[in-house]
Amino acid sequence: MSDSHASAIATGAHAGTQDAAQRELRHHFVDMQQQSNTASLGMWLFLVTEVMFFGGMFCAYLIYRLAYFKDFAAASQSIDVRWGALNTAVLLVSSWTMAMAVRCAQLGKQKLLVIFLLFTMLFGATFLGVKAKEYYDKYEEHHIPGPNFNFDGKLLGHPEYVVNQRHAEMFFSIYFAMTGMHALHMIIGLGLMAYLIIASGMGKFDSTYYTPVENIGLYWHFVDVVWIYLFPLIYLISRTKG
Amino acid sequence: MSENEHHIVPLGLYALIGGLLLIMTGVTYGVSLIDLGPLNTIVALCIATFKATLVVLIFMHVKYTSEKLTKAVIISAIFFLGLLLTLSLADFGTRAWL
Repeated sequence: MSDSHASAIATGAHAGTQDAAQRELRHHFVDMQQQSNTASLGMWLFLVTEVMFFGGMFCAYLIYRLAYFKDFAAASQSIDVRWGALNTAVLLVSSWTMAMAVRCAQLGKQKLLVIFLLFTMLFGATFLGVKAKEYYDKYEEHHIPGPNFNFDGKLLGHPEYVVNQRHAEMFFSIYFAMTGMHALHMIIGLGLMAYLIIASGMGKFDSTYYTPVENIGLYWHFVDVVWIYLFPLIYLISRTKG
Repeated sequence: MSENEHHIVPLGLYALIGGLLLIMTGVTYGVSLIDLGPLNTIVALCIATFKATLVVLIFMHVKYTSEKLTKAVIISAIFFLGLLLTLSLADFGTRAWL
């Protein structure tokens, strides 16, 4: 860990192991293991509230998809699935780099930790860039709900079917609500990554203390899991009839 | 004094899971191009669930924790979400029935 000491911001205070060693057992915990387990449990409980949060939106999607299946299929087919698949791959790789970052923290590999965190942030930013491109496409095609909404796509295999404008607009309302909320979580995740990169660059984490890395990792993986479900539901409705 | 009782996931396993996740994404996309009727959605969601399970168990270290409370919290989240979706589905999916 000497390189992290060398690169730590020199304020006269020690970074790295001294900080970690000084992390004391708070009086209401039995031992350090319980203390760190509690922090993780706190993050898991927060993720449960997020499950309820996104779950409610998935439920809304489910209900409208049942009611307006053909219109939803037509709307889904108008979204370019290649960007969605690319984004799924990008997020999965970012989850892998995040897991590797946690592993580096566990092994006390300070420099590699920063590198993996940087890559995680890079892939997260890539995801958002692709999303911005997709949103722009929707803007150009007049698929954004509102006064300028106009859906002229066709249903694969049923060219004679007249798509209900309001129903198609509902698909896109849910699309923007869910992917928008997901993107907001990604932006927050990028902010958290920035904090982790700065803190680990300053040598604040080592094999005895890496709780923020572990728990922000949990958040990042959760946002990835949400996308794992969003991708098939949004992009892959009845793509085979064409 | 590290998380999860000092268990460090082997590098090979992380690489394997990462590769598996990417492959299953490809499979999801490929299967969506084959006409299976109503099975398309079911297969896509099953693959998604498989991928999510891998992420939760391995990347989020749930497989390696001895903390029972974590597992209880996760299972209850799944249960209540399942309750929401199942009962809503039972209601709205059967509206056409009289």
